[in-house]
Amino acid sequence: MTPRRIKRLIGRGAFYLLLLVIGLYTVFPFYWAVVSSLKSGSALFQVEFWPAHPAWDNYVAVFREQPFGRNILNSLFVAVSTVALSLSLALAAAYALGRVRFRGRGLLLAVILGVSMFPQIAVLSGMFELISGLGLYNNLLALSFSYLIFTLPFTVWVLTTFMRELPQELEEAAIVDGATPFTIVTRVFMPLMGPALVTTGLLAFIAAWNEFLFALTFTLTSDMRTVPVAIALISGASAYELPWGNIMAASVIVTVPLIALVLVFQRRIVTGLTAGAIKG
Amino acid sequence: MSTHASRLTRQRVRSAWLFLAPVLVVLALVAGWPLLKTIGYGFTDASLIDPASAKFIGLDNFSYLLLDSHWWAAVWNTTVFAVVSVALETVLGLVIALALNAQFPGRGGLRAAILIPWAIPTVVSAQMWSWMFNDVFGVINHMLLALHLISHPIAWLASPDTALLSIILVDVWKTTPFMALLLLAGLQMLPQECFESARVDGVHPLKVFFRITLPLLKPALTVAIIFRLLDALRMFDLVYVMSGNSRDTMSMSVYARQQLIDFGDLGFGSAAATMIFAIIALFTAVYLTVARVGRER
Amino acid sequence: MKLFLPRFLTMLLLILVGSSGAVRAATLSISCGAVGVEMRLCRQGVEAWAKQTGNQVKVVATPNSSTERFALYQQILASHSSDIDILQIDVVWPGTLAPHLVDLSQYIGKDATKQFFPALIANDTVNGKLVALPWFTNAGVLYYRKDLLKKYHAQPPATWQQLTDTARRIQNAERKAGNPRMYGFVFQAKGYEGLTCDALEWIDSFGGGTLIDADGKVTVDNPRAVAALQLARSWIGDIAPRGVLNYDEEESRGVFQSGNAVFMRNWPYAWALGNAKDSPIRGKIGVIAVPAGGTDGHQTGTLGGWQLAVSRYSQHPELAADLVRYLTSYAEQKRRALAGSYNPAIPALYRDHDVLAAVPFFGTLYTTFEHAVARPSRIAGSKYARVSAEFYYTVHDVLSGKIAAAPALATLQQKLTRLSRGGQWR
Repeated sequence: MTPRRIKRLIGRGAFYLLLLVIGLYTVFPFYWAVVSSLKSGSALFQVEFWPAHPAWDNYVAVFREQPFGRNILNSLFVAVSTVALSLSLALAAAYALGRVRFRGRGLLLAVILGVSMFPQIAVLSGMFELISGLGLYNNLLALSFSYLIFTLPFTVWVLTTFMRELPQELEEAAIVDGATPFTIVTRVFMPLMGPALVTTGLLAFIAAWNEFLFALTFTLTSDMRTVPVAIALISGASAYELPWGNIMAASVIVTVPLIALVLVFQRRIVTGLTAGAIKG
Repeated sequence: MSTHASRLTRQRVRSAWLFLAPVLVVLALVAGWPLLKTIGYGFTDASLIDPASAKFIGLDNFSYLLLDSHWWAAVWNTTVFAVVSVALETVLGLVIALALNAQFPGRGGLRAAILIPWAIPTVVSAQMWSWMFNDVFGVINHMLLALHLISHPIAWLASPDTALLSIILVDVWKTTPFMALLLLAGLQMLPQECFESARVDGVHPLKVFFRITLPLLKPALTVAIIFRLLDALRMFDLVYVMSGNSRDTMSMSVYARQQLIDFGDLGFGSAAATMIFAIIALFTAVYLTVARVGRER
Repeated sequence: MKLFLPRFLTMLLLILVGSSGAVRAATLSISCGAVGVEMRLCRQGVEAWAKQTGNQVKVVATPNSSTERFALYQQILASHSSDIDILQIDVVWPGTLAPHLVDLSQYIGKDATKQFFPALIANDTVNGKLVALPWFTNAGVLYYRKDLLKKYHAQPPATWQQLTDTARRIQNAERKAGNPRMYGFVFQAKGYEGLTCDALEWIDSFGGGTLIDADGKVTVDNPRAVAALQLARSWIGDIAPRGVLNYDEEESRGVFQSGNAVFMRNWPYAWALGNAKDSPIRGKIGVIAVPAGGTDGHQTGTLGGWQLAVSRYSQHPELAADLVRYLTSYAEQKRRALAGSYNPAIPALYRDHDVLAAVPFFGTLYTTFEHAVARPSRIAGSKYARVSAEFYYTVHDVLSGKIAAAPALATLQQKLTRLSRGGQWR
């Protein structure tokens, strides 16, 4: 073996070690959540890297003690409707901002970006009044509606950059054929925007799926709660007890589908972010 | 022909505003109105339990806020948190992105794995970590003790010197993947020719990184950093779940929440929330100006 | 055929809705507990009443964390919403929520309040209005490891000094014997309401008052309170882990129940869990009152517990009051004591044979529950949350060694006096 090859081998070894450390750092807490979800009672307070007696009671209890299935459906409904609303609104806005030159366009983009800088707490009390004024308190629509404050700026920005990328000729040809702007957006651009819509939609989905503060404030009954609130409100048999096993089981239940979703769409997530952030 | 063209342009501009209208209306409703409301409350002595009987008290809330040392402590905590965690995330994210940019078997798997922290709801990961950080039965002390890296269990979240650090560690864990992906995407878009010719010339990889990769990656880095910084300045749930209202770690948003909800002081809490918005807006304005200047050059 | 099915369903629905409407029963909603035993017991009690009276009651699960629940109540009441008719409120809330609650004395008989602990009724009476009825009470107690005390021939401590000495002795001996993670004493010292409860016990047990006296005068800066905090400060890093500064109830229980602590200050709930089937310390736990602060001090325990109140914006205040009366009755509180070891708010139940058989320490700790020390929430009214926060921040700073006890309490005295607007508190 030449010294050069040895050096290369060491370099390779160090590289894989680095990857291993990275992998451990990111995955270990989730692994720990899975292990904890399989423990019950006092075993939770012991450090044990592999549960000797895996217990599935926690998973059963999660569904027995609160309408967790219903909570998952609620989250799905809220996330999907938020995504649908923000995508359709943002698509129209993106056409205007990305394809048409008019005065104040830059300012509008800046203002829309500015909205995404609001701390949630700054709009909480005003939003609560708005929600109860509209009669949407303890209604899932209140969440779909209020989540637009953080999904809209983001989707508008990303879709605008995508829209800008589309070739000029397509639109000109359509204009010559006498197509209205509406037709251009829905018939010409939308099919081409597939990947961008999927990416922004997915990112908005995750944001809506994970939101906590609004969901806690604008819903009241357990059949209206979304998953993060339901998990945060899981409590033990008595007032101060924290049923850690149940909480971890619930977290695993809701994280696994999300991970699957991310796995399926990971390539698209990467392209979406690239276009949105770097060229924006 | 030219009148026809300008008519067409005018028509397009008109339809552009039509297309923009729904977004603007919705944003005015969900963002503009509540924000105006909050700013308005900031000038009153409104209480959460009875907002209707609020009285206008001018700038009292703001002057009291500016004199409150706890508010400034919160501003300081937030700044430290934002700067340190974003710096760490950038460096780590860059390392991960460079590693993932290399060809090796199982790259897709690792790329998916680093996304896991991002997909777990923050509320849950915060609780998960505070359980792991527990000084007596937490797994972190257990491992460090077993590896003989420490001799006594460390009370991570209880000591003022380690509490903020622990929270930063969790934030780095949670958002580095996001950063790494942004940078990876940036890396993959760089023109390959420069790297090819550098390799042919036998340039040292470190030199390649500092002379070619980093300058080319700068726009992507700048954008990624600013998005993360603005996020970090608003941070709330991580701190709130992991150390509650502790003043050692209190962030601006936690401060505003405590005044507004725990103390039911709608007026003062709104004033604090308004200040947070003003600070971030100022920050954004400065950034946008600097970014524009940079682009022109 | 296609059209038939939906139409059929609509008709079915109409029949169902119509039939329930025909009874002309009211639907009430009550917020009690979150999940688990507490929720189940509430549901059972509510259903029994609903069956008797032919009404319907919806049980709303609200956040388990009391600060979250408090925020929720404030928002609902501020928007004058009728979403919740009956609220389960903490013992420190009547002062703040009173303007939005119904005066119950107009619905229940005058003698109906006589069966409860007078201190609780006094707590629930704000400006002459009876805004809530006590549902179950709570008081801080001291848990100890019977087996360890026996092993080292120690007596359950009557004073804090005894506790400190015993804890240190057993902790050091156990560490030598091979458990390096053994601690003497765990409690709640995170900066939150729980620390207010713990620290109030220390100060009260030394005879240092209750922060604010009955006339609204701030009394927290006194030599006894300083002595109490100085002793507590000495525990940190000695018999208590430094991590206790971020512990709440569950984290203290985690350490105690995994066998890593000799003493624990907690609420009665930890009793049942510590004696659960899989608990490593099952059958090894003793419970006594929180120790006295020296020879002229007295044993104590901070008053906790929950009340039931009726919202002013309820559509059926009279029915709601009747449900409150039912749920707080002797029979119902007895059922809850037996099934969930909830401390009754009715003194007579502490002499009930069935109750004593189920939860033995109810008998021995009766005086603790009877004379539990109340936090100054009634006098401070809507400013209580701020008073409590100033107090627990101060205590936390003292415990973590940032400032000495005497100057810390002097500063706190000033702050609270300013907050009280000269003892007025309104």
